[in-house]
Amino acid sequence: MAGMTITEKIMAKHSGRKHVQPGENIWVDVDILMTHDVCGPGTIGIFHEKFGRNAKVWDKERVVIIPDHYIFTADQKCHRNVQILRDFVREQGLPYYYDPEFVKNELGMPNPYLDPNKTTYKGVCHKALPEEGHVRPGEILLGTDSHTCTAGAFGQFATGVGNTDAAFTLGTGKTWLKVPPTMKFEFHGEIPPYLTAKDLILLVIGEIGVAGATYKTMYFAGQGIRSLTLEDRMTLTNMAIEAGGKNGVCDVDEKTLQYVRHRSRIKNWEVFTDDANAQYCYEKQWDLSTIEPLVAKPHSPDNRDTARNCRDIKVDQAYIGSCTGGKITDMIFAASILKGREVKVPTYVVPGSTEVHSDMKRLNLVGAEKGPNEKSIEDILLDAGCKVGPSGCSACLGGPPDTFGRLGGTEVCISTTNRNFPGRMGSMQAAVYLASPLTVAASALTGHITDPREYVVKPIQTGMAGVL
Amino acid sequence: MQTIIRGKVFVLGDNIDTDQIIPAKFLSYNPSDPEERKYFGMYAMDGVPAGQSGLPGGNTRFVRPNEFKSDYAIVLGGKNFGCGSSREHAPLAIAEAGARVVLAEFYARIFFRNCVNGGYLVPCETVERLVEKTQTGDELIVDIDNCLVTNVTRNTTHQLKPLGDVKPIIEAGGVFQYAREAGMLKPA
Ligand code: SF4
Repeated sequence: MAGMTITEKIMAKHSGRKHVQPGENIWVDVDILMTHDVCGPGTIGIFHEKFGRNAKVWDKERVVIIPDHYIFTADQKCHRNVQILRDFVREQGLPYYYDPEFVKNELGMPNPYLDPNKTTYKGVCHKALPEEGHVRPGEILLGTDSHTCTAGAFGQFATGVGNTDAAFTLGTGKTWLKVPPTMKFEFHGEIPPYLTAKDLILLVIGEIGVAGATYKTMYFAGQGIRSLTLEDRMTLTNMAIEAGGKNGVCDVDEKTLQYVRHRSRIKNWEVFTDDANAQYCYEKQWDLSTIEPLVAKPHSPDNRDTARNCRDIKVDQAYIGSCTGGKITDMIFAASILKGREVKVPTYVVPGSTEVHSDMKRLNLVGAEKGPNEKSIEDILLDAGCKVGPSGCSACLGGPPDTFGRLGGTEVCISTTNRNFPGRMGSMQAAVYLASPLTVAASALTGHITDPREYVVKPIQTGMAGVL
Repeated sequence: MQTIIRGKVFVLGDNIDTDQIIPAKFLSYNPSDPEERKYFGMYAMDGVPAGQSGLPGGNTRFVRPNEFKSDYAIVLGGKNFGCGSSREHAPLAIAEAGARVVLAEFYARIFFRNCVNGGYLVPCETVERLVEKTQTGDELIVDIDNCLVTNVTRNTTHQLKPLGDVKPIIEAGGVFQYAREAGMLKPA
């Protein structure tokens, strides 16, 4: 019998079978279901309609609700949607809900929190899920958001679903899945200081195209992946969906275990590995030393080019944020280039979560607790002229017109986010270049797309930032 | 399930993502509220760049301004239809505007799944690329059981791929009805 991959083994276990193979349709037990403020109201509506007004969710401990998308806006419908989540949480007695406070800030905007250390609010769901201990190796996570695949970095099966699927799982704890074939992307060597996982995933997407992994698993393997921090691995799996992937997955190693041991709310999990005779529908290998800093040009994540080739492109705005590029390690990457310098174009910084925001205030440039006279990561970014907003999805998906950092005209923006489709960041006329936090920071300094090798001279240490 | 769908076709290109089908700024409407749900019809395809909207000419709206329903019962796209965000608002918007079937070379999987499980639209795959062979406004007959699409305007007939594994779910009208019929859920 053919060997199995991590994804196949997880699916077999959750369907009560010894063996599954690609193409089979199976019913599986779901471990965690996540929803947010954009898809939550619709999901809850379908749940009530189909299971009845008094129905209960299948397992309160396994439902996680994280408002994050339309939080920093005065739009009344957005606030109403958060209220629908609150009502549902109360009705069902759900323990894992992360409520925005909507306090007025100095501009009169309803801010989700004033102090990131003293709030129930978290921020972007894909960042919040592992932080809050809802992510573990070997499990199945479904979320009403396409970037739910991010959690595959922890050696689990995680994928996005729609409202109907989510409502079905809410009531039954089950879903049907087609077992996907696995594509294996192997990276040799150690990550050089001028690259981040963002460059690797732009490389892969450029190679196979935006539909290259449709219905498939993207398995990121090799020493090169082991050399990445766990947060950086999340950048890889996060963008699996940009190649059409069903899920992305990485091997579990000591870094993964350290993280989940520290964070997980459930203390047992199972680690799966690919069998030596596992089958792949595609294999490709790279040596990390041969890769250059990359960008994805407008209007598609597979429109790959080197940052170097794009040096004549002037930028009007830089954006550092989202579930892809708003983690604390991303902030350290950007700050290490921006330190002691000044940005030439408006540069918006949006922490991926309130924990990231808190760490930006607490940690120094090498990811350690800052001393009394030392600058924090946030200080460094503010000193360089960046604007720092509250954590959330913000302009990553455009959002209501008053969204922080949203594009409104014909701007050229370089961004650490994951999608540059027409209109994605708010304006159909704008042009968005996707790049690593290093490339975005370097470009913010010069006002044109800039290869970060001009600024990165030594390895960037991130210490235990984002882990403990 | 309606197995023969006749109507005018709205033609789009490749990689039509869900931000184009229903831009994020409209996602604050709650699809579970019948009054608000109608607006997804009004804004369906609002994010498609004008030049790409209604091929080959472009500059044609799927739904006329301030109306809730489209003149088109059928949407035709190329490769990777429905890629991007998982928003179920996308198939819902197309269906709310009155379309019943989408034809494309292939779909992004979450969009496909949402069409099927939510029972909004029948997502058919074409055997050959039809985008350049079809014009917005052509009259089509989609025969789902026989896997055929006839272009009445141009007097041509093309093959569709069989719906395969998901056909029972589509026929049932969505995953809830399917699971009920299969005895997995108590009757409503
Ligand atoms: S940050 Fe952007 S990509 Fe991530 S969940 Fe929010 S809107 Fe989606």
